Amino acid sequence: MLITAAIVTGIGLGSMYGLLALGFYITYSVSGTVNFSQGSSMMLGAVLAYAFVVTWGWYPPLGLLTALLLCGAYGIAVKRFAVRPFVRRDSNAWLMATVAVGILVDNLVLFTFGKEPRRFPSQLAEMPVSIADVGVYPLQLVVPVVCLGLAAALHVISRRTKYGKPLLAVVQNPDAARLMGINVAGAIAASFAISTVFAGIAGILIAPLFNVNSDMGTLFGIKAFAVAILGGITSAWGVMLAGLVFGVLEALVTVLFGSVYTQIVMFALIIVALALMPNGLLGKAGVKKV
Amino acid sequence: MEEINAKGGILGGRKIVLLRRDDESNPSKGLIAARELIQREKVAALFGGLDTPVSLAIVPLANAEKVPFMGTWAAGTPITRNGANPNFVFRVSAIDEAIVKYSVKHYSAKNPGMILVNNPWGESNEQGLKKALTAANMKHAGVEKFEGNELDVVPQLSRLKNSGADVLYLVGNVGSSSQVVKSLDKMAWKVPIVSHWGPAGGRFTELAGPSAANVHFVQTYSFFGDLSPTGKRVLDMLMKKYPDYKGPGDITPAVGVANACDAAHLVAFAIQAAGSTDGDKVREGFYKIKNYDGLIKKYARPFTPQNHDAVTADDYVWTQFINDQIIPIKH
Repeated sequence: MLITAAIVTGIGLGSMYGLLALGFYITYSVSGTVNFSQGSSMMLGAVLAYAFVVTWGWYPPLGLLTALLLCGAYGIAVKRFAVRPFVRRDSNAWLMATVAVGILVDNLVLFTFGKEPRRFPSQLAEMPVSIADVGVYPLQLVVPVVCLGLAAALHVISRRTKYGKPLLAVVQNPDAARLMGINVAGAIAASFAISTVFAGIAGILIAPLFNVNSDMGTLFGIKAFAVAILGGITSAWGVMLAGLVFGVLEALVTVLFGSVYTQIVMFALIIVALALMPNGLLGKAGVKKV
Repeated sequence: MEEINAKGGILGGRKIVLLRRDDESNPSKGLIAARELIQREKVAALFGGLDTPVSLAIVPLANAEKVPFMGTWAAGTPITRNGANPNFVFRVSAIDEAIVKYSVKHYSAKNPGMILVNNPWGESNEQGLKKALTAANMKHAGVEKFEGNELDVVPQLSRLKNSGADVLYLVGNVGSSSQVVKSLDKMAWKVPIVSHWGPAGGRFTELAGPSAANVHFVQTYSFFGDLSPTGKRVLDMLMKKYPDYKGPGDITPAVGVANACDAAHLVAFAIQAAGSTDGDKVREGFYKIKNYDGLIKKYARPFTPQNHDAVTADDYVWTQFINDQIIPIKH
């Protein structure tokens, strides 16, 4: 019973880590950079959706779509103002710049949205249902399906379509990609937009299970990055698998050893896993042809 | 303080001036702010805030600088029982041990489990609750921690349930406490929950749903029910001063307001009794306070050299959320 509860809880949590971590995969695959404000992007999706749907009473599909569009715009802004200026100078300062943007956004939301957490109502998170004698909200069952669906779509689009393959070419050799007619700047901007939209989807899915507040993404953002590295940041399936493994292991460690040890054991395991598999679960070492 | 100043102030007409600094719930920042208030502003007394870790950081400074430090909220037992002699720290608030006594009295708790937020606040409560359990000759089913932003607390609660916990001691802010309640709902585990006052700090019913009412939490005062003349006077005064206050339910958090109100009066009495703002004399002044008809209770010699907590477990009000109002529990 304990183990079953942990596995069911872990799959739900893990798929959310995976979805957020897919954002890291997307930008890294296209530009070799990541947006460390992914946690804030997740929070932004939830807060904007709350503002449109709950506060202003918009038609829910319209409110959610608008929130995701704004998340995408936010991703493009992060790329334009916190990543590109540094990448152009061959500086790695975008690492800190994206962290700083996240802190800025968290605080702006704190001042405008307020410090009190708010409930995001959803019929899918009202009455728990029993699966193998473990209670779960229906939304917890929807989350893994959505996350795996998005990972599959991402994999297919990036590997098998004429829209996705050019994105992967950009990171290999931007100049050659440009000469081949690929809109490099547009591809990188699109990758940042998609990554923040994914984070926004994660925020909207999590909000009814949790509550909406300005620092709801902080812990998730950190864990999602750990998941992205563990999965091998160059593999969508690896990232998703790592999310599920991380979520289930986290819940198992908690029920077997106690929550006091959860973070110690989990992050120690990540170090061990990376020492044994430096490229993550399904990642491949980068090969640069010269 | 306005009330005291309107009646002529203290020490023959001197008005009380309130200087405020934000500790940002950060012990280091609280300590820096306290040092500035003591050394630059030369304050006669310090009032503490919400967080036990911040207050614990300030306690050694207050004792070293011989400046009275009045706690108005933070409930960590070692704040006042800090081992210093002389001790300059006083308090008008609850202390952690109340949770244990309540759980034994009303739920016959024999094997309580602790579910605590994983930060210094939870840590200080863990120590306080363990001491209180030892004093009551009780064991516990276990201690589980959760992050402030934990999405699902089922694994931790499953362990406590498996260990035979008959009551849960909950320490967390409003958001994280609501996650505990929702996780209990998912597990369909109906266990009594005795909580610190974290849930009082926000929209607990909105976040936790109908099961919010299952959480019984400690308060020192409620503006609901039959109010004493002092209670009516303070309620009227607050409603006149703050137009947003339409009734008792709008005064949130009531416990902070009530503690601070009585604490301000008791500090003023101590300074008056000392006849000066000299720290050591004010400390002695606290022991000279005899009777005061306060908001929380009628104080009779609230402080002695052995007891620096004016409010005791007998004075606490146990409450629950009914809809969005904090209502005293009638047993």
